[in-house]
Amino acid sequence: MKKLSRIYMWVIFALLYSPIIVLIVFSFNRAGSLNHFSTFSLYWYAELFRDSSALSALKNSLILAVSSSALATVIGTFAALGLDRMRSKYIKGIINSVTNIPMMNPDIVTGVSMMLLFVAAMSVTRVQFGFVTMLLAHTTFNLPYVILSVLPKFKQMDKHLTEAALDLGCTPLQMFFKIELPFISSGIASGFMIGFTLSLDDFVISHFVSSPDFQTLPLYVYNQTAHQVKFSMYALCALMVFVILGLLLAVNFLGSRGKEKKVRMRDIV
Amino acid sequence: MKKRSFIEAFAAVPHLVWMLLFIAAPLIFVIYFAFTDTYGNFTFDNITMLQSYAQIFLLSVCFALIATVICLVIAYPLAYCILLMPRKTQKLLVVIVMLPMWISLLIRTYSLMALMDNGGLINSLLEIIGLPKMKLIGTSGAVILGMVYDFLPYMVLPIYSGMSKLDFRCIEAARDLGCNGIQTVFRVVLPLTTPGIISGITMVFVPSISTFYISQKLGGGSFDLIGDTIERQFQNVGTYNIGAAISLVMMILILISVAIMNKFTDDDEGVL
Repeated sequence: MKKLSRIYMWVIFALLYSPIIVLIVFSFNRAGSLNHFSTFSLYWYAELFRDSSALSALKNSLILAVSSSALATVIGTFAALGLDRMRSKYIKGIINSVTNIPMMNPDIVTGVSMMLLFVAAMSVTRVQFGFVTMLLAHTTFNLPYVILSVLPKFKQMDKHLTEAALDLGCTPLQMFFKIELPFISSGIASGFMIGFTLSLDDFVISHFVSSPDFQTLPLYVYNQTAHQVKFSMYALCALMVFVILGLLLAVNFLGSRGKEKKVRMRDIV
Repeated sequence: MKKRSFIEAFAAVPHLVWMLLFIAAPLIFVIYFAFTDTYGNFTFDNITMLQSYAQIFLLSVCFALIATVICLVIAYPLAYCILLMPRKTQKLLVVIVMLPMWISLLIRTYSLMALMDNGGLINSLLEIIGLPKMKLIGTSGAVILGMVYDFLPYMVLPIYSGMSKLDFRCIEAARDLGCNGIQTVFRVVLPLTTPGIISGITMVFVPSISTFYISQKLGGGSFDLIGDTIERQFQNVGTYNIGAAISLVMMILILISVAIMNKFTDDDEGVL
């Protein structure tokens, strides 16, 4: 029984990973075909870096991911602070459920709804599809994840610590920066990282609020793969997989460091 | 109770403004566009016109349902297998299940295309052994396989987290009291893991029914699902209204079914 379950598990895992592994392996194939693997080479990666539109897509993706997750982190952290102190359970519930709408709704509906908002806004203001619309959309879908990772930190916090700080003469502002901020910092960091990853990854929502002038990597991949298989796209996909894996490792590392910190705090108290 | 400081009282305000502007307002615009014509006059035409899309709705629901059922059938035993492993291994296995979730759906779909394309790996292998090529892209099987492949982890994780809370003493008690293996599964294990199953079902069904790139890339343009239809309506200005109407109906249907599903569970811990 145990053997059988182990076999079943590894078969499913193999199926789950094989397409991605095939993609990565053949991105190193000089021959540029799936028929035979000629020699290991970085040719398609070099090809990718000669492609100026791929490079500008990469640049756009990074700018967008950093700025949207930073913005979401700032707004979301303060929102978590506000939600933590809020006394009315009723209002809290409403805010939480509205915040979670982008998480519940199919991405396509979120994308379409934002597109309609921007279309309507365009008739009154000078907004154009491009970086600004992308930034607004990405920040919106990052926000719930930031709040989700910061709010529990506030909840875990020992309220006596903050009271002690206030008793010992801290102003609320000092207390926030000296006691609370260090405590919730691991939540903030992982919120930022999750937002960064989501933003880097997003295709569906971006698809509706972007312009041809401001393409991100997923959009570029989508447009390039419209008709035939391109090996420089294999290289690009492989690179994106590597980056995501690296980021995930970083998040895990930060997460475990956060746990250590918590234990130490408890020791002190 | 102590007085709240300025920063505490107003910390959530930027988020509130953001929510109103970029979550609530866009949804209001969907409703507005769904009930107006291109000139902004109120009309029910968009909604009544949806009749002509009934077949697309039906096909999408069918595809999404089949994909969800296949996911469930694969994921439930998988979650159980993971649970049989020692604690430490379980953590690693969960990470293995979770990793693909973080890789862009687009890339995962594209990697399937690399396998199933006309010049793809499977056909190349068939050629090498001397078998005739198979047409894989453009079949309904390919689209459903794409959905299963892309969304399987979303089914495994909630089921696993539900199962891991299962008290094994319940199973022992059931056996002691005379249940056989099958009876134990159906009368004890399944009912106790229903919340996990239900959130897994929603997490697979919702993206499956609204996808458009899976059907575009793997369906080779021969299938029109709701997602494709919506996407097409938003490519030119004239059809925004009908697109909004389809989106609105889909959203309402999904929210209703999610709400009904959630009635069955009191488990409010999300899986990230």
